[in-house]
Amino acid sequence: MSVIFHRIIELACIIGIVSGVRLMNSPKTARTGNLLGAACMLIAIITTMISNEIVSLNILWISLVFGAVIGYFLAVHVTMTRIPQLVALLNGSGGAASAIVAFVVLAGSSATISGITKFTGAVALVVGSVTLGGSLVAAAKLDGKITTLPIILRGHFILNLLTLTVTVILIPLATFSSSSTATTLSVLLILTSLIFGILFSIRVGGADMPIAISLLNSLSGIAAATVGLAISNLLLVVVGAIVGSAGIVLTQIMCRAMNSSVLDVLMGKTALSTPAQTAANSIQQDDSTQTARSTQTAENISDAMNKTVSIIGAAEKIIIVPGYGMALAQAQVQLKQLFTILEDRGKQVKFAIHPVAGRMPGHMNVLLAEVEVPYDKLYPMEAINPEFKETDVALVVGANDVVNPAARTAEGTPIYGMPVLNVDEADYVIICNKDIFPGYAGVNNPLYLPRQNTIVLLGDAAKTLSDLLEKLQQEQHYAAGFS
Amino acid sequence: MNDWLSPILFIFAATIGYRLISDVPSLLHTPLMSGMNALSGITISGALIATAFAVGTGKQLFGTVAIVLATVNIVGGFLVTDRMLKMFKRTDYKKKSPCP
Repeated sequence: MSVIFHRIIELACIIGIVSGVRLMNSPKTARTGNLLGAACMLIAIITTMISNEIVSLNILWISLVFGAVIGYFLAVHVTMTRIPQLVALLNGSGGAASAIVAFVVLAGSSATISGITKFTGAVALVVGSVTLGGSLVAAAKLDGKITTLPIILRGHFILNLLTLTVTVILIPLATFSSSSTATTLSVLLILTSLIFGILFSIRVGGADMPIAISLLNSLSGIAAATVGLAISNLLLVVVGAIVGSAGIVLTQIMCRAMNSSVLDVLMGKTALSTPAQTAANSIQQDDSTQTARSTQTAENISDAMNKTVSIIGAAEKIIIVPGYGMALAQAQVQLKQLFTILEDRGKQVKFAIHPVAGRMPGHMNVLLAEVEVPYDKLYPMEAINPEFKETDVALVVGANDVVNPAARTAEGTPIYGMPVLNVDEADYVIICNKDIFPGYAGVNNPLYLPRQNTIVLLGDAAKTLSDLLEKLQQEQHYAAGFS
Repeated sequence: MNDWLSPILFIFAATIGYRLISDVPSLLHTPLMSGMNALSGITISGALIATAFAVGTGKQLFGTVAIVLATVNIVGGFLVTDRMLKMFKRTDYKKKSPCP
C-alpha cells in the first residue's frame, strides 16, 4: 500500500512542478509558480526520506540544514548585478551533486549492478563534472576573478578533442568494468570531464556568456536526469529532463540573438576569434572618429549636454536602450529617475531590451525591475524595433554591439546578420557610453561617425545621467518661473 | 518494465518542458533560469538515498557533500528567484517624484 501511496505523492509533485513551470509564462503568476515548485520539491524530498525509511538518520538532516543555511545566505546577499555569477555557481553545485551521486553508485560497484546502470551512471558522472568545471570557470569570469576575455591555449582545439575522445572511450570501459577497476575509471572520468568543462568555459568571452550559461544550465538538468536513469528514480528523470530542455530553449534563443550556434561556442568560434579583423577595425576607428570624439573638451561636453536637454525636452516619444555598460556603471537608479521625470512631463517612454544585453538571458529586465521600472514598459526587440521609425529620441545607455547598424551591412564581420535594435532609425540618437571603442565584437560602430542627429555623451553613465537629470530639472524650474 | 519507462518518461518530459519554456517571455528569462537551476537540485533525492545506504565511511562522506551541494542549489535557487519575481510590478506603482 505504502509504495503505491508514495508513488502517487511523487506523481503529484511532478504535476505540481510542471504546473509551476507553466505559471512562469507571465509576470503576474510567475511568483506563485516558483513557490509551487519549491513546495513540491520539499514534499518530494520528505517523501523520498519516508519511503526509504531514512528519516531518522541525523547525518542527512545535518547536511540538509548546513546546505540550506549556505543557500539562504547566498540568495539573500547577492546584488542583482551579480545574479549571473550566482546562477553559474549554483549550477555548478547542482552538477557536482549529480556527479557525486553517480560516483557513489559507480565506485567499487559489484556485479549486482546492471550494465545499464553503470552506463547511465558513467554518463551522469561526465555530464555532472562538465557542468561543475564549466560553471566554476563561468562564475569566476562573470565575477571578474579571471579575465572576461577568451583564454585560448596553444592547441586549444586539439586539447578539447583529446579530452573529449578519452572521455568517450572511458564510458564503455566503465560500463563493462569489474568492481576492482570501477573506482579508478570513475576518478579518471571525473578528471577528463572536469578538464573538458574548464577548457570549454575559459575560451568563452564575456558577451558570449548568455549562451554558455544557458548551455550549462541545460547540462545540470541532463546530469540530474541521467542520475535518475541510473538509479531508476522517476522524479529525477522527469524534473531533470524539464530543466534540460529549458536550458536548450534558452540556448537556442541566445544563439539566434547573437547570430551564433552552439557548435560555434563549443568550438570557440566566438566573436573575438577573428583578431585580424578586430585590429583592422580599431585602427580605422582611431583614424576616423576617435580623434574627433575622444578629445571632447569640457566645452564640447557641455555643448552636447545642452543640445541633449533641448532635444529631450522637445521629444514626445523616447526609447531607452540599456546595455551591460549600464550595469557596470550602476546607472539604473539615475535611469529610473530620468524615466519618471520624462513620464511626468507627458512623454511616452519605453525601454528596448535586446535578448543578449547583459551577461545572462533577461539580465536587463531584472536590473530595471529592481529600481521599480514597471515591467510593461520593457519591450523585447521584436516588439519595439518597428517603433524606432516614429521615435523622436533613442537614448542608448551602455550598449554598443546590440545597436550597431553595421550588423545589417558589414558583411564578413562577426556581427553581420545579428539582429540589432534599430536605433539609427530614430530622429535623434543620444549615446551615453564610457568610450567609443568598438564593442565586444570588435566591429566599428557607424553611429559614432559624426552625424547631425547623433550626440555622444562620453563618460561614466551614472554621472552623465545625473548631470542630465540636473539640467532637465533646472530647465523645468526655469520654465515654471515664466509661466 | 521500469527499464523502458524511464527513457520514455525522459523524452516525454523533455518535450513538455520544451513547449512550456518556449512560452516564457524574455522579460522573465533570468528568474526562469534561476528557477530551473533550483529544480536541477532534485538530484538531492538520489543523494539522500545514496548516502543513507552507502557502504563505508568514504562513500557516506561523499554522499553528505552531495546533499549539502544540492541543498545549496535548491534553497539558493528558489530564494533568489523569489527575490527577483517580487520586483516585477506593473505601471500602477506609486509615483515617487525625484524632484525636490
